[in-house]
Amino acid sequence: MATADKKPIPLEFEQPLAVLHQQIEALEKQLADNPELEGDMLRLQDQYNQLKRSLYSNLRPIDHLAIARHPQRPYTRDYFDTWDSAWMELHGDRKGGDDPAMVCGLVTIDGIKLLAVGTQKGRALRDKQQCNFGMPQPEGYRKALRLFRHANKFGLPILTLIDTPGAYPGLSAEEHNQAQAIAENLFELAGVTVPVVAVVTGEGGSGGALAIGVANRILMLEHSVYSVISPEGCASILWRSNDKVSEACQAMKMTAKEILQLGVIDGVIDEPLGGAHHDYQKAALNVKTAIAKTFRELLRLSPEQLREDRQAKFRKYGSFIEA
Amino acid sequence: MDLKEWFANRQKRKEVDVGKQPLTTEEYCALWKQCFQCRELLYTRDLRANLEVCPKCQYHFRMGAVDRIEHLCDAGSFEELDSAMHSSDPLNFFDTEKYPKRQEEASRKSGLTEAVLTGLCKIGGHGAALGVMDFGHFGGSMGSVVGEKVTRLTEAAQAKNLPLIIVSSSGGARMQEGILSLMQLAKTSSALKSFHDQGGLYISIVSEPTFGGVTASFAMLGDFIIAEPGARIGFAGRRVIEQTIRQKLPADFQTAEYLLKHGQVDMVLERAKLKDALAHLIAFHSGHKTEINTTSKNGRTEAQGVGSAAV
Repeated sequence: MATADKKPIPLEFEQPLAVLHQQIEALEKQLADNPELEGDMLRLQDQYNQLKRSLYSNLRPIDHLAIARHPQRPYTRDYFDTWDSAWMELHGDRKGGDDPAMVCGLVTIDGIKLLAVGTQKGRALRDKQQCNFGMPQPEGYRKALRLFRHANKFGLPILTLIDTPGAYPGLSAEEHNQAQAIAENLFELAGVTVPVVAVVTGEGGSGGALAIGVANRILMLEHSVYSVISPEGCASILWRSNDKVSEACQAMKMTAKEILQLGVIDGVIDEPLGGAHHDYQKAALNVKTAIAKTFRELLRLSPEQLREDRQAKFRKYGSFIEA
Repeated sequence: MDLKEWFANRQKRKEVDVGKQPLTTEEYCALWKQCFQCRELLYTRDLRANLEVCPKCQYHFRMGAVDRIEHLCDAGSFEELDSAMHSSDPLNFFDTEKYPKRQEEASRKSGLTEAVLTGLCKIGGHGAALGVMDFGHFGGSMGSVVGEKVTRLTEAAQAKNLPLIIVSSSGGARMQEGILSLMQLAKTSSALKSFHDQGGLYISIVSEPTFGGVTASFAMLGDFIIAEPGARIGFAGRRVIEQTIRQKLPADFQTAEYLLKHGQVDMVLERAKLKDALAHLIAFHSGHKTEINTTSKNGRTEAQGVGSAAV
């Protein structure tokens, strides 16, 4: 959690705020020698808070995307570490690989014993490269699959944290049948008889995200995004241009609030002002509270009901006209 | 025929031709097609009679859904399901063109309302539930309608105890329906899971080209997966992969033959042999189901039908 203590790096749209912050800092240094500047200081701080509130209440979809991709955003391991310092990691797909982009383990939250699975982006450069910037290989999906079956066998509820640009597009990924690895996860998760809760914590990128997202309840963090294709991919295909990313973000309706309105997800989890990277502890607590509550509700259902509930949920998705 | 007769006939032919419009350039061009692989110029009518396969090099052209149904089903046996279902515009999607406008355009080009046709039919005398995708309509992309039709077809197969056959050809999920398109992957897979648990037989046929969301859901979940020769099948597109890994890919990368080599499909089958193979597979797996389903182990019904090999 090295980055939790560091100052958050301002994003492009946060620049006016950063400038004001610098002014406040400069003024603070002078304040010791010139007590008469107290009034200016208060005024400046007031202005800062006002700007902050108005800035974050009028975010464009592309701003949410920037926050979701913030390099200091808490990742799966940060959440697991914060929730349960004694969580135990489990490795390998038993078929020849272990993908660091998919983190799996046994985690206890609020007294609920869980099998937790999440995509991991990696923090330092080397770490990022090993995790393929959070894009799992088929081996990652098969590790998750193995543990979904394990959880089903022992009646352990399943928690998944989603933060991935998508499944890895590469030579070996295709040779090892990336598509089938994803399809099989969708297939298997549809049939498990334990409660499944999925939380989109950052980027929910297409099939690579959905592969661990077939859940009884789907939650999204306030600034997270979930889409059928990356906005860059969408812009390059539909607009044939790389500078239409903002338009693509808007057209696809990929923010938490819009997806909630479409009825695809069940809830939005609040983030600390400015995004989860401003306060890891608070973000982790908010997520924990939400999932503990959701699991408690789901645990009242019988195994068969849980499976029916999930299948009925996904059966309803779609919008069409019959005439 | 003597010369006199021939001239008389010519006169007659001329009279018949009067009033016929000469062919436009477009119509002339439609008479011929050049093979993508061997560059041979082929007469369209011959090509169609040869199931859209080049007689010289065996290149398999894309086949439209209507032609495919005519080829696979016993004559006159296909009864279409959900023919009136069409897309809405849940996101009010707008790029350089509005989504409903793009739908109209796609329908005008393909003559279809959506990228999949589904129905019940007979194949070599065996009843079957058949879904056929058409790449010619909106790139075969899967939105809510394709997902719903495939799901309903699966449910119909389950209710009527029929084998399920889906011929895929798709560029992936339809961007214009955003997250709802993505959810169709899970919806179809979930329906297939129930079908599978009931012991249903599902044969997936993948044809040129099948990518993205369709491969990452129902196309790869068959008890059997049959690919057409030369068909390109994969998850990510070739260009995306090349840009990501910055390295040249093998020439036959993501072809049906490449997939066969890497253990991803059961067989690569020429189009002409497809119908017989389907009839054979259905016949091979019928009659065992009830027997296996009733076998009880530890008090629990073993739901192991014909399809248990897939997972």
